[in-house]
Amino acid sequence: MVKSTSKDAHALFHSLRSAYAATPTNLKIIDLYVVFSVFTALIQVVYMAIVGSFPFNSFLSGVLSCIGTAVLAVCLRIQVNKENKEFKDLPPERAFADFVLCNLVLHLVIMNFLG
Amino acid sequence: MLATNLYGMSFSHGIFSLPLLFGTFGPTGISQSSHRHDTTQHNTTQTQHSRIVSTLITFRMARNLGGFLVLFLAISICEAASIFQPISDSHRSAALELFSPTDGSFGSLEETYEALRTFEILGIKKRPDISAASCQSVSETLGSSTSSLKDVFHALKVNSILKCKVNDETFQGVAKRLKAVLNDASSLLDFYYSIGSLVLIKDQNSGVDVLLHDADGVFRSIKALSQSDGRWRYSSNNPESSTYAAGLALEALAGTVSLASSEIDQSLIVTLKNDIVKLFDSIENYDDGSFYFDEKLVDAREHQGPLSTTSSVVRGFTAFASVTSGSINVPGDKILGLAKFFLGIGIPGNSKDFFNQIDSLACLESNRVSVPLILSLPATVLSLTKKDQLKVKVNTVLGSSAPPLTVKLVQAFISGTKDSSVIESLELKFDPETAVHFLDVLPKSVDVGNYKFVFEIVLHDSEDKSVYATGGQTQVPVFVTGLIKIDNAEIAVLDSDHGSVETQKQLDLAGENAVSLSANHLQKLRLSFRLATPRGNIFKPHQAFLKLRHETKVEHIFVVGNSGKQFEIILDFLGLVEKFFYLSGRYDIELTVGDAVMENSFLRAVGHVELDLPEAPEKAPRPPPLAVDPSSRYGPKAEITHIFRSPEKRPPQELSLAFLGLTLLPLVGFLIGLLRIGVNLKNFPTSAVPATFALLFHLGIAAVLLLYVLFWLKLDLFITLKTLCFLGTFLMFVGHRILSHLASTSAKLKSA
Repeated sequence: MVKSTSKDAHALFHSLRSAYAATPTNLKIIDLYVVFSVFTALIQVVYMAIVGSFPFNSFLSGVLSCIGTAVLAVCLRIQVNKENKEFKDLPPERAFADFVLCNLVLHLVIMNFLG
Repeated sequence: MLATNLYGMSFSHGIFSLPLLFGTFGPTGISQSSHRHDTTQHNTTQTQHSRIVSTLITFRMARNLGGFLVLFLAISICEAASIFQPISDSHRSAALELFSPTDGSFGSLEETYEALRTFEILGIKKRPDISAASCQSVSETLGSSTSSLKDVFHALKVNSILKCKVNDETFQGVAKRLKAVLNDASSLLDFYYSIGSLVLIKDQNSGVDVLLHDADGVFRSIKALSQSDGRWRYSSNNPESSTYAAGLALEALAGTVSLASSEIDQSLIVTLKNDIVKLFDSIENYDDGSFYFDEKLVDAREHQGPLSTTSSVVRGFTAFASVTSGSINVPGDKILGLAKFFLGIGIPGNSKDFFNQIDSLACLESNRVSVPLILSLPATVLSLTKKDQLKVKVNTVLGSSAPPLTVKLVQAFISGTKDSSVIESLELKFDPETAVHFLDVLPKSVDVGNYKFVFEIVLHDSEDKSVYATGGQTQVPVFVTGLIKIDNAEIAVLDSDHGSVETQKQLDLAGENAVSLSANHLQKLRLSFRLATPRGNIFKPHQAFLKLRHETKVEHIFVVGNSGKQFEIILDFLGLVEKFFYLSGRYDIELTVGDAVMENSFLRAVGHVELDLPEAPEKAPRPPPLAVDPSSRYGPKAEITHIFRSPEKRPPQELSLAFLGLTLLPLVGFLIGLLRIGVNLKNFPTSAVPATFALLFHLGIAAVLLLYVLFWLKLDLFITLKTLCFLGTFLMFVGHRILSHLASTSAKLKSA
């Protein structure tokens, strides 16, 4: 029973990887970026858990910066993905411009909050 | 003084304050305050008004059935009393303190003169040596042809005291210059300084010709500035007249008379004497008999206070009187009043006032019209018990001895009662050694109390009467104090019904007592004593209070009334139960007897009484909350210490740096991942124009991020937003160009 489960899981991961390999490179970059952001945020949360949240606004701005930019990247990914028929008419360049603009606005707020 | 029939009055401690305990009421504690608010300096040590305590007692009078009546009783006795002391050693030491040179000089020549003149008048030999520096300043001022008239005047004044070596040519030059000024002078100050300087030169160097050939003319031009009321104008185009200027004018006119080469027209002198009389009509006075001049018009710019105004007039008047013959019709009382004004100031706090005071007194001391004599008492508190002698001194204003005279005690009466005099015309003996007039023993009719003694100075020599001003009768307040004998003091507890004595104890109010009594609400407490003066009369003190203080600090104060011969108070506890708030237990008894003239005033604990009162009914009034200590209410409040937030605990630096490295780790992972995926820049435009735009786009983003970093580090929001506005516009433009270029290329690719 246990064995078959690990096997199944193995098979599942394998199929997942092969399926992901077909993803276009630009989406992979975005995925990587999202992972990078989320990990950075995680490390800051760990720091807070271990050391304490003394400059609390600095911690918040650090984490929110990471989370915010990850969310924006996810949005970008949704818009850029060709499978999504909803955004078929939207050129990826336009989506990227939006992403850059939103990031700039987000970070203006973050910087203001950083203290 | 308190209404003595206020029996049963209870002072509830919450609102009752007792500022009139005998300490503040004794003769030594009489507050003397100056009523001369308009003089420049107040001095409380030697003034006229002894203002006896004004007291405000607030008390609550409770009725048996409750209902409180608030009574405000304000008792204040203000009595005018005048004691003037002649100039004494305290003035000399004050002079040395006020006039202390810095760096070997007194600053300006005017200040130097004031200091030197003051020292000269007071006869201070041990004055600071400033002659070297001052003489140099004098010869510089006199030698220079540009020095101002005022400086020349003061330089000559300094020289008149210091006798510096100034050669004849210098004097000649100055005299010539002064005469030229005098010829075209139009303003009073020009006249004053030039004539004053010429008079000084005349006194210092007889070789210089300073005589005025046209003295009548000068006299007339100064006189032309006078007003009909005896005051003067500073110049012909200034319509405002001033008393201060009148003093200057009189001094200048006196100088003119002394400088005249030929006799001045007598009619001019006569009119001027009339002017002086008119000027003295405008003199003002205080109710203590002192006279002074004040500027009628209050001009902030050139306003002189009463002291300098009076001083100016006195100088001018005495100078004029000394150069003219014949009498000036100014009453001696006014001259004496002026002297009293200057003496009444005490010791002024600034050097200018001090000089004005001393100089004016010196003028009065030697004036030709009448020399004021000041009657003073070394002590105005006389003890009957110690058999103090009544001593009176008569001096001139500067403290030198008076001509032979007799002091008469015309009358003495208890203050407040004008008619009943206790002494009638006694002549004081004279002790030539100490120059004191004294009365050996006070007459039998004088008992303890405050009196007004009326003195009169009788000059022996009838010629002196025209020279000296004695001012008629002088009224002086005198306190006669003594030990008061207390006897028949006893305290007793009585039965309410029959008045029969339950317990009775004798008290020795001169010593310690520790009576212990017990009583219930059906009984009465009686305290009685007798007071007698050293002469054996009955004495009624200002204050006789009985105080009962419960263990819980609740106090009740009763006025002890007097019934003819003895003081007695009966406390009927039945009527006082409610006032005592039904508080049973131990009450401490304190007796206060005090008066200004009672040498043995006391506040003494008599003992205690154990009271047994009934239980309080439900609606009984609660004892008032304890009184707030007035010193804590009006005293300094507790210091407020600000608590600063302690800084947060910081983690060790290494740990934070380690985590900084850790946060960078995902970035490394991201870059490695990019490489693994095989990212390239092939899509980067190759042709020149789009490549430039692409580069500018990335630079633009970098610039915005850099701006954010700067915003974090030092810029404020406004500068950041302004800059961001420009950068953003640029970025939009560039971004739009490059992205539309990319879009068009990808579209081409698709279509191809």
